[in-house]
Amino acid sequence: MSTVPTDLKYVQSHEWVRDEGDGTVTVGITDHAQKLLGDLVFVELPEVGAEVQAETECAVVESVKAASDVYSPVTGEVVAVNTDLVDAPETINEDPYESGWLFKVRLNEVEELEGLLDADGYIQLCAAENE
Amino acid sequence: MDQQTVLHAEHVALGARMVPFGGWDMPLHYGSQIDEHHAVRRAAGVFDVSHMRAVDLTGAGARAYLRRLLANDVAKLKAPGKALYSCMLDPQGGVIDDLIVYHLRDDWFRVVVNAATTAKDLAWMQGEMAGFAVTLQPRTDLAMLAIQGPAARGIVQPLLPEALREAAAALRPFSAAEGAGWFVARTGYTGEEGVEVMLPNAAADGFWRALLAAGVRPCGLGARDTLRLEAGMNLYGQDMDETVSPLESGLAWTVAFDPPERDFLGRAALEGQRMRGGLRRFVGLVLLDRGVLRPHQKVFAGDREMGEITSGGFAPTLDRSIALARVHPHLGDRCAVEIRGKRLVAAVVEPPFVRNGQVLVRV
Repeated sequence: MSTVPTDLKYVQSHEWVRDEGDGTVTVGITDHAQKLLGDLVFVELPEVGAEVQAETECAVVESVKAASDVYSPVTGEVVAVNTDLVDAPETINEDPYESGWLFKVRLNEVEELEGLLDADGYIQLCAAENE
Repeated sequence: MDQQTVLHAEHVALGARMVPFGGWDMPLHYGSQIDEHHAVRRAAGVFDVSHMRAVDLTGAGARAYLRRLLANDVAKLKAPGKALYSCMLDPQGGVIDDLIVYHLRDDWFRVVVNAATTAKDLAWMQGEMAGFAVTLQPRTDLAMLAIQGPAARGIVQPLLPEALREAAAALRPFSAAEGAGWFVARTGYTGEEGVEVMLPNAAADGFWRALLAAGVRPCGLGARDTLRLEAGMNLYGQDMDETVSPLESGLAWTVAFDPPERDFLGRAALEGQRMRGGLRRFVGLVLLDRGVLRPHQKVFAGDREMGEITSGGFAPTLDRSIALARVHPHLGDRCAVEIRGKRLVAAVVEPPFVRNGQVLVRV
């Protein structure tokens, strides 16, 4: 079974969002997503300062199997990226919700978070996909 | 509904991620594809390759038939037990499949063909049998396991039927022995020492479990692909198929033009290609920048497109990305590969990249 922390928000493209409470969020890919992808071997992150759009691809993670786009769950400006992943992309497999985070975004509109899935919603989404 | 090998339940019980492959539901990995890859390079791993099909060709005309059917020449197989890798070509010189043929007796050869191409291969083989005293028998009663890695042979030995142990211990590279309904060959698809074992379906579970109990790591198709790519071994359907010549797929060494009187299928077409010249080269690439080479990415020299990657991926032993590519004959020792609109630098090398645990390419 995949882990789905209850304090995070989710989107159906399998990214998670952590509200940092200061108008910024941290974004990563879910445990479910990293399991589907398999061993990750390469990460292409957005540039700090870049504008990202919700539901638009802004990063790439590549596993031994294939390259996958990462979609930004929110709209805003990238304020940090996890450069540790460049040398150790496997961190995403090992710790997808903490040290495997991808990037941080300053939200254009904080209300945007209200429209995202909670843990229960995401669990239901994964269950439906498995059927 | 995909077919299942006799070991399907074992894979599921081990928590394998199952994926469709060539019409079969097969294990991709059992947790970490990279760990499985390293297990084979450093110790021993076992692959269920029962989706591949052994086909027995028997009869007084079996040898003559195979000398017509295959681009490599089974006349090279003088002593029983020797194996030969070959392409099976159509008259246009396109590759119908690649296979291994084992010589078991003067009137008994066994070929092993790819899973996805089995039906096509059997139809083609049957269609070419007229005039030869040969009988064709697909061995659906046999399971097939590849046990690969530096420790593999030593572990497998005591687990074989008594009747086969001595012969298996004495096997030379690229040779096989048969006995008690089992078959063991010192062949593989990883670039490591190891064996491929065919055995009755009913014995497969027990042998599989005994291997795991002896410390052999179960490995999926994912690791099989990265291991064969590092070993510079072609994958049918990706590196070659009916639309390309073996001479442009790094397989010229498997085409036996001598003796000149042997009229194998595809011969005239290949001779024409050789005479015209300008054949594309089949090379290895090592990505010098960060990223992952993938099939169908374009290869450039300056602004000029020079070819395309046929197989590519991350090479765990090199901790870099590598690829096989079909390119213009004049490509130099550096090129650029276009990945998501960016041009990244790669070294052009001669495969294999890895053999027997050792990295062979220097960039």
